[in-house]
Amino acid sequence: MTEMRGIYTLWLREVKRYLRDRARIVSSFVQPLLWLAIFGKGLSSLARGIQLGNLTYQQYIFPGIVGQTLLFTSMFMGISVIWDREFGFLKEIMVAPISQFSVFLGKMLGDSTDALIQGTMVFVMGAILASFLGINLNLTVFLESLPIMVLITFGLVGVGLTVASLIESLESFGVIQSFINLPLFFLSGAIIPLSGPGVPEWLQIASRFDPLTYGVDALRTIIDGKAWQPLYPLYFDIVIICAFNIAMIIIGTLMFSRRK
Amino acid sequence: MTLLENAIETSELTKRFSSLVAVDKLNISVEKGEVFGLLGPNGAGKTTTISMLCTLLKPSSGWAKVNGFDIVKQDTQVRNSIGIVFQDPSIDDRLTGRENLYMHANLYGVPTSEQKPRIDRVLKLVELDTRADDLMRTYSGGMRRRLEIARGLIHYPKILFLDEPTIGLDPQTREHIWTYIEDLRKAHEVTMILTTHYMDEADRLSDRIAIMDYGKIVASDTPAKLKDTLEGDVISIKTKEAAKLSSLIAGTAGVLKINTVNDGLDLTVRGGKALLPRIVETAAKNGIFIESVSLREPNLADVFLHYTGRGIRAEGSDELHGMSAIRRRQIK
Repeated sequence: MTEMRGIYTLWLREVKRYLRDRARIVSSFVQPLLWLAIFGKGLSSLARGIQLGNLTYQQYIFPGIVGQTLLFTSMFMGISVIWDREFGFLKEIMVAPISQFSVFLGKMLGDSTDALIQGTMVFVMGAILASFLGINLNLTVFLESLPIMVLITFGLVGVGLTVASLIESLESFGVIQSFINLPLFFLSGAIIPLSGPGVPEWLQIASRFDPLTYGVDALRTIIDGKAWQPLYPLYFDIVIICAFNIAMIIIGTLMFSRRK
Repeated sequence: MTLLENAIETSELTKRFSSLVAVDKLNISVEKGEVFGLLGPNGAGKTTTISMLCTLLKPSSGWAKVNGFDIVKQDTQVRNSIGIVFQDPSIDDRLTGRENLYMHANLYGVPTSEQKPRIDRVLKLVELDTRADDLMRTYSGGMRRRLEIARGLIHYPKILFLDEPTIGLDPQTREHIWTYIEDLRKAHEVTMILTTHYMDEADRLSDRIAIMDYGKIVASDTPAKLKDTLEGDVISIKTKEAAKLSSLIAGTAGVLKINTVNDGLDLTVRGGKALLPRIVETAAKNGIFIESVSLREPNLADVFLHYTGRGIRAEGSDELHGMSAIRRRQIK
């Protein structure tokens, strides 16, 4: 009971902090706009030569941008740990009589909620610009995507928190973050297809080690429907994501509870 | 004094950071209900000691019991028994004061029905009830400190740790906080461990003081008795020729101890009033210019000087070095 309340209170804190930060909310609208409108539109003529099945490039990258937003925000949330450490608040949590597992879980759920709000914004942007972008979105698609988004977020926030608990300063977190973000992003097939003829063997293999590959594939299966030829069956994507999440929760808790 | 009666008991408690021994075989016992002052310069190992007692750091060797619980094996029980006001700020400045307190109450499992009355009460105690719903970032340093003290009390801890409670605050605010601490003590029956490098603070608040230097306790007693160990008065002489004067007056009857300080000499003497003119005379005869001279009763600063042979570094703004720097890196 105490543990549950501890988790709840840590969750609430993260969400409150997020909702009070106007800059972050504004940027969460602008980011997908840039990717979908400028990057997506700009590249759509070039992308005609790429094998995308029956999808337009816009339809192809929309689930990818959802995945990318979840990835970048989740990893960025790791900053909250460093922030808390810099400003001393982490100590208040670390001496509280609740387990380290609960501390990690509370923070993870809070950060995941923030990341999910960001992900939802992408859908909102997508819906507003649907005719301009030539994509099809409705509430059912969003509601079906939500559980997948939740699952993707847990594992990625876990990565962010784990990295942050290994790192001493905000500056080095920025550097490490792009070392992790960009490979995970590019290898996931979010904006370029990494399977099928013409893609080098090593690249195809590398993409299989990227957990986001399965997340984006699952999202595409749901959002793009029959037009998309799935890389893996939906259940297989989900199993891989769940396994990754469990691993990240275990690693994250261990990293978090180190005591010197 | 049996083990169970003490709020805190340590035995050969030691903490090493690679080559540095931050806390060296510490043996202290703090009785229930007492205010125990840990006095020493920055980097003496006070905060490292506190961090171990609060279960934030693991000791390298030795053991300690807090409220009867082992700090390594029973850390959850220890955490349930204590409240801490950290040296560095540890509040969330993007939440309001009240939100910070509610969060603390939830983390420490304070029953929901009791949260509101307790929080209202501590807010009143530290006179922050009118500002409770403002974001913490709009608070001044002294207000933040008061809120942290209030927070440390919400879960009714048996033992409250105050790590440099007034560091970096202006004299008026310090005075305020001292009053709060004294009031708290009357209102709650709480044992307090206070670390400080301010002599006046230790003197005013503590029942007993342990003077800590380089990770070791160099002296431990009541403030009055510690001052008594310096039988006699203190003469402070400000001069540029301290060494010369020192050699001239060494061996003069009544001069018990000569300490060289930054800008001159501190003498521990018997019969200061009679001795003062003689010393000034000696200096004048030998052409030594004395800028100023004062005679006073010993204070804790003199006690510190007496035991450690050097002055206590006065300000918190000192560059961090030694174990302070290491500690910050490790547990911040």
